[in-house]
Amino acid sequence: MSILINKDTRVLTQGITGKTGMFHTKMGKEYANGANCYVAGVTPKKGGQNYEGIPIFDTVAEAKEKTGANASVIYVPPPFAAAAIDEAVDAGIELVICITEGIPVRDMIRTRERMQGKGTILIGPNCPGVITPDEIKIGIMPGHIHKKGRIGVVSRSGTLTYEAVGQLMELGLGQSSCVGIGGDPVNGMKHIDVMKLFNDDPETDAVIMVGEIGGDAEETCARWIKDNMKKPVVGFIAGVTAPPGKRMGHAGAIISGGKGTAQEKLTVMEECGIKVTKNPAKMGELLKSVLK
Amino acid sequence: MNVHEYQGKEILRKYGVATPRGVACFSVDEAVKAAETLGGKVWVVKAQIHAGGRGKGGGVKVAKSIDEVRQYASQILGMTLVTHQTGPEGRLVKRLLVEEGADIKKELYVGMVVDRASQRVTLMASSEGGMDIEHVAEHTPEKIVKVHIDPNIGLTTAEAEDVARKIGVPDQAVAQGAAFMQSLYKAFDECDCSLAEINPLIYTGDNRVLALDAKLNFDSNALYRHPDIVAMRDLDEEDPAEVEASKFDLTYISLDGNIGCLVNGAGLAMATMDVIKLYGGSPANFLDVGGGATTEKVTEAFKIMLRNPNLKAILVNIFGGIMKCDVIANGVIAAAREVKLSVPLVVRMKGTNEDLGKQILKDSGLPIISANNMAEAAERVVAAAKG
Repeated sequence: MSILINKDTRVLTQGITGKTGMFHTKMGKEYANGANCYVAGVTPKKGGQNYEGIPIFDTVAEAKEKTGANASVIYVPPPFAAAAIDEAVDAGIELVICITEGIPVRDMIRTRERMQGKGTILIGPNCPGVITPDEIKIGIMPGHIHKKGRIGVVSRSGTLTYEAVGQLMELGLGQSSCVGIGGDPVNGMKHIDVMKLFNDDPETDAVIMVGEIGGDAEETCARWIKDNMKKPVVGFIAGVTAPPGKRMGHAGAIISGGKGTAQEKLTVMEECGIKVTKNPAKMGELLKSVLK
Repeated sequence: MNVHEYQGKEILRKYGVATPRGVACFSVDEAVKAAETLGGKVWVVKAQIHAGGRGKGGGVKVAKSIDEVRQYASQILGMTLVTHQTGPEGRLVKRLLVEEGADIKKELYVGMVVDRASQRVTLMASSEGGMDIEHVAEHTPEKIVKVHIDPNIGLTTAEAEDVARKIGVPDQAVAQGAAFMQSLYKAFDECDCSLAEINPLIYTGDNRVLALDAKLNFDSNALYRHPDIVAMRDLDEEDPAEVEASKFDLTYISLDGNIGCLVNGAGLAMATMDVIKLYGGSPANFLDVGGGATTEKVTEAFKIMLRNPNLKAILVNIFGGIMKCDVIANGVIAAAREVKLSVPLVVRMKGTNEDLGKQILKDSGLPIISANNMAEAAERVVAAAKG
């Protein structure tokens, strides 16, 4: 098992005819069971064509009906990406992973509001995606640095997630699933939502939680962990040295009004029984130290 | 993106948000003329810089005669204003706002931000205006009223009136106060603001509600649909290194240390700064080269970092995923040659074609210090910076 996606997930790519959509759909198709997983693409007015043998449809609803796709990955440019999420939600796609970076927050506020009460799970936007190693990869992460195993990884950042995976691999530890939730202030799954799935996944033994400055999603997750988590969790928070008021690349990575500092997050996590490190080079070792 | 107070008020007025009348001025003569045109007996001369705390720093003065307007305008224009938000180096004042004086009866606070927890725009209001709202939030949180605004219907009249009453707007001004907040939300929403702060919001002797100050920030992701707001950008208020970097799609933020960092990805870039600090060094910048670390981008990034006179060493930390390490190595070498790199360079590469990349660096003949992991890289660059 794994969380969110596995070899039986059926994926459609929204924005499959754009440069990024094409490239990463091809990479996804070539990874593990990808050839069976990537079943459809959607680009308005390009229905009837195909890319790398993957049929293209005009709408998500049509692609879902014809191919049985249950997950969507979005590479649509920022001005149209929120509408692409809306379309996938309306079509009843179970899981939507939005890679697009730079979506206006106002658009995402409306999209999140529309999603209320609907069954769709959203990951992202502005995220690397999700991988269940040796089964399926949906997103822009390099597949080959991963290997199947029993460690879960959840993170707001892309390359820092790869860094955590790289350290696990050096210690011979594979991953059950790795989830990049993205760095935007208004988005889908938070740390806590992913943590709940890892907690219930019989094939995950422990979790690395990577956070960064801004907001209080890490604290919320830490408090939940304290009361509910049955597995060890270790953590790292990026941005101990970040100055207040400066946006550190991600739209959400900012310390404002003295809130959202890395130190504050680390303190709460420690209070909740999570082993944390201030050294990003030691995430893997720390995880290994808590394994039974 | 930020704008000046006078620009923020201009935008707000278009949405019906009440403000004092005022004129932006770039010279003392303009300030005098503005005061004469505005009329009245009292004027406020306000320094226009992108930082708060201007009053305490001496950048806001109340003038009771045209002579005083002239006097204060000449004092403030050209002064280096130091506030708690400018840093010790301060900011040169090049623009003024001359406003009609207001008969302030009470100072209140109203602000709007995007709230991550509710995933909505949240209105925050308080009877404690003119003060640092974070201070109020920490010490007397009960004095802050919050409304999470439904994006489908906006701020309702009932909600706005309730807030107005709770923060102490007098009965006869409640309707206007509520309309003020509704207009403010409309401006926030339609202009893609990420923050709007009216501190203080005042009510006057004649029972009017006015925005005495206005601070607006805009979502940089949405600027493509607001060319009028982009036109208000004042590059004098921004760090030249950050402006230069943005032209090459690099995210750069100046810091006060001496070790330059070039990293792919925002999270890893922050972590790299952190690990340098952990090993006793101090980062000179945050720099995210993004997904595609091309030779051109790396070269420009080196050039920008090298403009910093404090720079003692550079750490390149790249996790090669889709972007292969050998390509990055070639880019780093080409860039180092082009800029005739004069400070020690530590390179840590991980990921796709890592060994090939390391070999290329080794064969280049350049004095590049290689590192196998982040800890080693930090240790080596800190040592190199110490000379």
